[in-house]
Amino acid sequence: MAASDTITTAQRTSTRERAADYLLGRHRFRAAEALPWLIAIAVYFIFPDRLTFGSQVLVMVMFALSLDLILGYAGIVTLGHAAFFGVGAYTVGLAAARLQWTEPISGLFAAAIAAGIVGFITGWFLLRYRGLTLLMLTLATAIMLQETGNLRSDISGGYDGLPGLTFKPLLGVFDYDLYGHTYYLYALAVLAVVFYFVRRIVYSPFGQALTGIRENVRRMHAIGSPVHWRLVTVYTIAAAVAGVAGALFTQTNAYVTLTVFDFDNSAKVMVMLILGGTGRLYGAFVGATVYMVLEDYFSKLSPTFWQFGIGLVLVLAVLFARRGLLGIFESMGRYISERKKS
Amino acid sequence: MTAALQVEGLNRSFGALPVTRDVNLALERGARRALIGPNGAGKTTLVNLITGALRPHSGRVLLDGQDITGLSQADRARRGLARTFQINQLFRGLTVLENLCMTIGERDGHCNNLWRSAGSRRVVIDEALDHLDSLRLTDDALKLVRELPYGRQRLVEIAIALAQKPRVLLLDEPAAGVPSSESHLILDVVAALDPDIAVLIIEHDMDVVFRFAKEITVLVQGAVFTQGTPNEIMNNEQVRAVYLGQESHRGGHRG
Repeated sequence: MAASDTITTAQRTSTRERAADYLLGRHRFRAAEALPWLIAIAVYFIFPDRLTFGSQVLVMVMFALSLDLILGYAGIVTLGHAAFFGVGAYTVGLAAARLQWTEPISGLFAAAIAAGIVGFITGWFLLRYRGLTLLMLTLATAIMLQETGNLRSDISGGYDGLPGLTFKPLLGVFDYDLYGHTYYLYALAVLAVVFYFVRRIVYSPFGQALTGIRENVRRMHAIGSPVHWRLVTVYTIAAAVAGVAGALFTQTNAYVTLTVFDFDNSAKVMVMLILGGTGRLYGAFVGATVYMVLEDYFSKLSPTFWQFGIGLVLVLAVLFARRGLLGIFESMGRYISERKKS
Repeated sequence: MTAALQVEGLNRSFGALPVTRDVNLALERGARRALIGPNGAGKTTLVNLITGALRPHSGRVLLDGQDITGLSQADRARRGLARTFQINQLFRGLTVLENLCMTIGERDGHCNNLWRSAGSRRVVIDEALDHLDSLRLTDDALKLVRELPYGRQRLVEIAIALAQKPRVLLLDEPAAGVPSSESHLILDVVAALDPDIAVLIIEHDMDVVFRFAKEITVLVQGAVFTQGTPNEIMNNEQVRAVYLGQESHRGGHRG
């Protein structure tokens, strides 16, 4: 009797340990997570003449990453995320063109704050709604910002934009070059910092609560979660990150026009994220990269019909990769590890 | 002594249809109260009014003597008012353990933290595992909720409510949808609840009601028809007429 008791106690302890280990170790960095960064660094050496394009990819990765926070984790569906990208883009654009504030890094902070404030205010109003209502309201936000810019085209430059912006050398030392080498490393460094923040948030208790809101909002209310504040908080953070992406966009292109607020831009970033896989951080990397590379390739192949190629890839992804491209890799990984076991 | 939960003159209607009519109810600390009534009597509506999922048109709800009528559902939950749902409301895509850790995290305010890793609080994980242990769910800790059989999901529903460390617990048909071969597992848990918690249970199975409850409130057409001990209710001719006589209702759980 005593012996069997010991065994069951031991068994229970081991089950408990296993369960605890699972949660305790989940947020640790895994070796595979170095891969996207190694690839990004390798690109710098292998394609030295394509780095302007490379920086644009990094900007879109960051934009998609910000959307992943709200769409993938909190389950907020929005069609107006370009609003925050645009606010960030215009913050550094206007600062440089109208105020001669051309220091790039402080520009990023200004863009984050401006976009964050817009995110906080609109989020506080909009996030009481869900579904189609929210979809329309987010869409309207982006359009209203765009039209405000159009109304005061004397300041914003309207749809002709603010061309020929120049920025101070980075850290006062590294000047911008024709091939975008500096831009690329700059964008990569900013992305790494932003990614670290986003990753911490996702694995924090707050991030878990966001997942809970996505999974079952009624239950979250019932266990005492201040759902509205959680959503406003993450919306503000995502807006700030999108604002940084927009600011980088302006800085790397040296111009900005009102098209950054386009519905196209909101839709594109959502397509990228879904293509890569939502709610898994690296979906933004895979989705934005694949989309941008395909867009680049198809548009050279056929300057008039390139969107057909993108459309085809999307249809295939929706049919055969419901959890995005990363979902395919995950399924493959699970298949291999199960083969190994048996 | 102030009641753990007190409901005073609660009214609510949907359009022209009154669903809760002047309901008064008091649960002492450690109460074991059953709420019974025919289908459509407004039992779940009453629970929704008490927890704040619905707003009453008039009347008050008091928790330990404090008026909570104006508080949100979440604020009431944080003050110790927990419920289970008639139909499971769980985080289906997460593991059982995560369901519990989430509850504890929100209860203790950890979820306001954006920086520290969720898995780094060993205390939370241990407490979650303790709750699972007490309901014999430890072996399912790492399974996704949606992979569990419905009966075990019902236990998770109760485990979450208990992890909130409530003073008042509202159980909305805890054994609904569970095959009768497994329902005793759930009813055992209900019978073994902490004697300090005031419990209100909505239940259709009269055997369970008479075994579990020390007091019974009968709700008919949104109003309290009568209250009393199980014996009084069982021998009340009018109750028999409106409710107990209608055997056909016993199988017909509202979905």
